[in-house]
Amino acid sequence: MTRLRPIHNRVALLLAAMTVAAALALPFLGFAPNRLLSGKAIALGAVPGAGWSGAALLPVALLLAVPFLRPGRAVNALYVGAGVLAAAGLVWLAGQHAALLAAVASPAARTSFGAGFWVMEAAALLAVLDGVRRLGLGPAGRVAVGVLAAALIGGQFAAGHLDQLSIMREYANQRDVFAGAVLRHAALVAAALPPTLLIGVPLGIAAQRSAAVGRLVFPVLNVVQTIPSIALFGLLLAPLSALAAAFPGLGIGGVGPVPAVIALTLYSLLPIARNTAAGLAGVPEPVREAARGIGMTPRQIFWRVEAPLALPVFLAGLRITLVQAVGLAAVAALIGAGGLGAIMFQGLFANALDLVLLGAVPVILLAVAADAALKLASALALSRLGRTAA
Amino acid sequence: MRRLRSLLTDRLALGLLVLAALVLGMPALKPLFAAAFPALDRPLYEADGFLALTLDHLALAGGASLIAVLLGGAAGIAVTRPFGREFRGILDAVAAMGQTFPPVAVLAVSVPVLGFGPAPALIALTLYGLLPIVENTVAGLESVPEPVREAARGMGMGPGALLWRVELPLAAPVILAGVRTAAVVNLGTAAIASTVGAKTLGLPIIVGLNGSNPAYVIQGAVIVAALAVVLDAGFDRLAARLTRWRPNAV
Repeated sequence: MTRLRPIHNRVALLLAAMTVAAALALPFLGFAPNRLLSGKAIALGAVPGAGWSGAALLPVALLLAVPFLRPGRAVNALYVGAGVLAAAGLVWLAGQHAALLAAVASPAARTSFGAGFWVMEAAALLAVLDGVRRLGLGPAGRVAVGVLAAALIGGQFAAGHLDQLSIMREYANQRDVFAGAVLRHAALVAAALPPTLLIGVPLGIAAQRSAAVGRLVFPVLNVVQTIPSIALFGLLLAPLSALAAAFPGLGIGGVGPVPAVIALTLYSLLPIARNTAAGLAGVPEPVREAARGIGMTPRQIFWRVEAPLALPVFLAGLRITLVQAVGLAAVAALIGAGGLGAIMFQGLFANALDLVLLGAVPVILLAVAADAALKLASALALSRLGRTAA
Repeated sequence: MRRLRSLLTDRLALGLLVLAALVLGMPALKPLFAAAFPALDRPLYEADGFLALTLDHLALAGGASLIAVLLGGAAGIAVTRPFGREFRGILDAVAAMGQTFPPVAVLAVSVPVLGFGPAPALIALTLYGLLPIVENTVAGLESVPEPVREAARGMGMGPGALLWRVELPLAAPVILAGVRTAAVVNLGTAAIASTVGAKTLGLPIIVGLNGSNPAYVIQGAVIVAALAVVLDAGFDRLAARLTRWRPNAV
């Protein structure tokens, strides 16, 4: 006796629907005669050739089956595994087809990811996210799954399997520029950090100790935070060019990395000062009293009691600051600060879409990496606190 | 407290006044810019009217924020109901992760997928605006204490009345904070959308930066900054209004 199976996982069902719709209605790849012309669409149905190519879609088919399987550890593990393999398989298939096309097309021709690829890739990665949650993996397990997915996709880049895809062709053309841009981008973010900490941390401490200072400082920093970056760069242009005209030897100007670092610092002050103050305000008064009671000096209380207890909240502020600065540094390319934003905007102005991706995707990866690193640091700081307390 | 409120009122009214004066009166400042930048042939951006640019800018940023409120609010409500609870975890994860993506990079990445022009920019801004709104709608609705819900049920309220008359009003300040984040980000990203083919107040800034015309840059930048200040003051007012009924409201 057969009975219609009910749906066991509606998130997976939604992702499966996304995948099927994208596979049928959206182009998997685009094929253009050169880097500036827009390409003709290649549907997924036209991609898998003979032999093993079609096997790359097997995990995608597995993902489509997951919503109908009775849930359990095995099914959820299959869900995660199929998601990781589907994400890697879609990339592999795109690289494979690009190589096939490149073998017969003119050297200037470009094969790029289509909207269908992006939707299916996103669905596969969301399936991993959902599966990991359903499996109830701890932090170590999550990191392991993330590393595995990154290795399977990154390995294809490293092995040269994706060299014929347009973004990698663009990378090959811009190899030297790209490395310099990544370094410059990181340098901009890093250069804003010392002035941010030197000004922001004392401001936060002062604001926590005196309400009057807080009432003065935070509204100003709040307004700065509201002003869009591109407008702040513009507003700094006038005073800084005037300064440069008055003191030509100083090496500053309205455009270039210096105003970018100044603007980045202005934006970074709020999260740092606010979280420094919040972290210190979160230290319980009895703890301070106990420290005073055992004869600690104010300096000792600050460094040995207040600072360690406020550290996790402070690190959360630093995380917001860094993630924000990675994005702002990209906008700073408009005032000639260089970095990955320069590649991105150059692509936008010249209608070279591969160049846009070559600039924008690493910006996103940098922001995600900064976020993950600081989250890890916060977790470590918290666990150290817990150990000391225990 | 009354003085404080009148001060808030003033900040909004003052900001609106300055904004209107800048948008409408920029051409009158031409001699000033000519005197400040004597080397420039064209000290005033005249390719488009500042009023038209401002309206287009507001249409893009405001439209995206509005769509994001409707979609994000609906999604936030859905995942806090019994039928949508299954989607709660994945939505949280996407909202948290997506907000680490820099908005300018999201805007740029949308171009290869969606193309140039105002419509793709609107889609990109809407998607980005969804994230803080969804996050705060869920947080706001979850913050409603269970005893309050039980009392409302005890009074005979159905799920619909409970949502509209109890949960949403109590969650409103938190939801509004999310809308504010989305609106502020959209206002700034709409300026950068001039680089992807949408005509906004970013256009004079970009044209000025590319053509070494600081006067254009300043003209675009002061209007964008004034808009941001007005937006901030407006949300302050709205937030004060939403929490007015609380006994300890300031």
